[in-house]
Amino acid sequence: MEEKIKARIMDSRRIKRVIHRMTTEIIERNRNLKNLVIIGIRTRGIYIGKRISRLIKELENIEIPVGVLDITLYRDDFSELEAQLMVKKTEINFSVTKKNVLLIDDVLFTGRTIRAAMDSLIDLGRPKTIQLLVLIDRGHRELPIRADYVGKVLPTSKQELVHVRLKEIDENDEVLIAEPQRIK
Amino acid sequence: MPFVHKHLLGIQHLTASEILTILDTAESLFEISTREVKKVPILRGKTIINLFFEPSTRTRSSFELAAKRLSADIINFNQQTSSVVKGESLKDTVLNLEAMNPDALIIRHFAAGTPHYISTFCRSHIINAGDGAHEHPTQALLDAFTIRQAKKNFKDLKVVIIGDILHSRVARSNIFCLNKLGAKIILSGPPPLLPLEFKKFGVDIDFNLDRAIKGADVIMMLRIQLERQQKSSFPSLREYRNLYSLTKKRFRRAKKNAIIMHPGPINRGVEISAEMADSAKSVILKQVENGIAVRMAILYILLGGKERDSID
Repeated sequence: MEEKIKARIMDSRRIKRVIHRMTTEIIERNRNLKNLVIIGIRTRGIYIGKRISRLIKELENIEIPVGVLDITLYRDDFSELEAQLMVKKTEINFSVTKKNVLLIDDVLFTGRTIRAAMDSLIDLGRPKTIQLLVLIDRGHRELPIRADYVGKVLPTSKQELVHVRLKEIDENDEVLIAEPQRIK
Repeated sequence: MPFVHKHLLGIQHLTASEILTILDTAESLFEISTREVKKVPILRGKTIINLFFEPSTRTRSSFELAAKRLSADIINFNQQTSSVVKGESLKDTVLNLEAMNPDALIIRHFAAGTPHYISTFCRSHIINAGDGAHEHPTQALLDAFTIRQAKKNFKDLKVVIIGDILHSRVARSNIFCLNKLGAKIILSGPPPLLPLEFKKFGVDIDFNLDRAIKGADVIMMLRIQLERQQKSSFPSLREYRNLYSLTKKRFRRAKKNAIIMHPGPINRGVEISAEMADSAKSVILKQVENGIAVRMAILYILLGGKERDSID
């Protein structure tokens, strides 16, 4: 499907500031930082998680481990998909039991990914708490889920697409709104 | 490239990239079996039937655990306690099981081509778990997975497959699989069990094992199928042992970091010495462990997504 870029919502400086602000909120809310672990949801949640972990190390000199979660095996639309999805590795080399888990994704939309992520986490152990951080909250929730830390609330229409690009895997840091184009 | 087949009937018709898709998926799923809670919900509500017309320890329990770790429901059909003993035909047996609405049938049968035959009149996904002397695709896939784990790459690997090639579906599937992935294959064994026609599969043949094994990266032993040796294809087990058993002395001719594989069950002291089977170079039990991940990958790939038209 072709798509047209409608607007550039954030550039690299804004993303940096927002991540910095959320990191100080995390530090403020988690007195016991040593009990915090970060789980990034594939793919871009991982890189946001690593940036936050690095910032906490700079600000507080505490190492926060970052794990990688692939939610494919917990999707609720598996039987309706047109083709099979490639499942990727979940790499969490620490126990989540009794930890305060900070779950991170790039965009919060229907909430179904987060539901899948929470079910997956609970199968891996029994976290003390789960907090949610997203870079963009674009609305249109289908489940009763909200984030504890939000980079930016971005009102969108349901058809629009939100792209978060991060320089670790994309060319640069930016957030774009796009619209699918119907091909005649 | 995604995997587009409805069934897994053999390796012969798969492409290298389809094989690699299966191996990559298996790698992602491997970790589930190391968890405390060894289960993910992805195949919840799917029903699978293990339909085995031949004895099996590894393959049947491996498929059963693979299905259970993905939350599918699986039942085991046992020929001895079924209506097959009352004379029900294969087709009727399968049609009756299909009437119970399973999503996949896993079939092992002593006659080559049975899974293919069943796929011509069944709605379900058909998985070949070994048919006669034809193919045993999941064994070849788990062998490829195990080789990649140890060697990283297939290109120019020297793989020696030794023993009863003629009766071996494992050898056939492995030849197709490793050939597509770029390995160099040499077959060795007594001439009555190693027809020269195998050369048409693009392999080398050397009846002298001491020569064949030189510089090998992977040594794949096959079981001497004692139950199929009534007509005796070689003079005696002792002679077989002298010429083709994998001993420490023979193993020294292979590369230092060569690995020893065997699909099981092993005849200790016949095709492989107990010392070699238990040595640090042996990956025989790794093969068994990896088998679950590979079979999970097959079930995940075949049962995921919407119904596809069969292109098998």
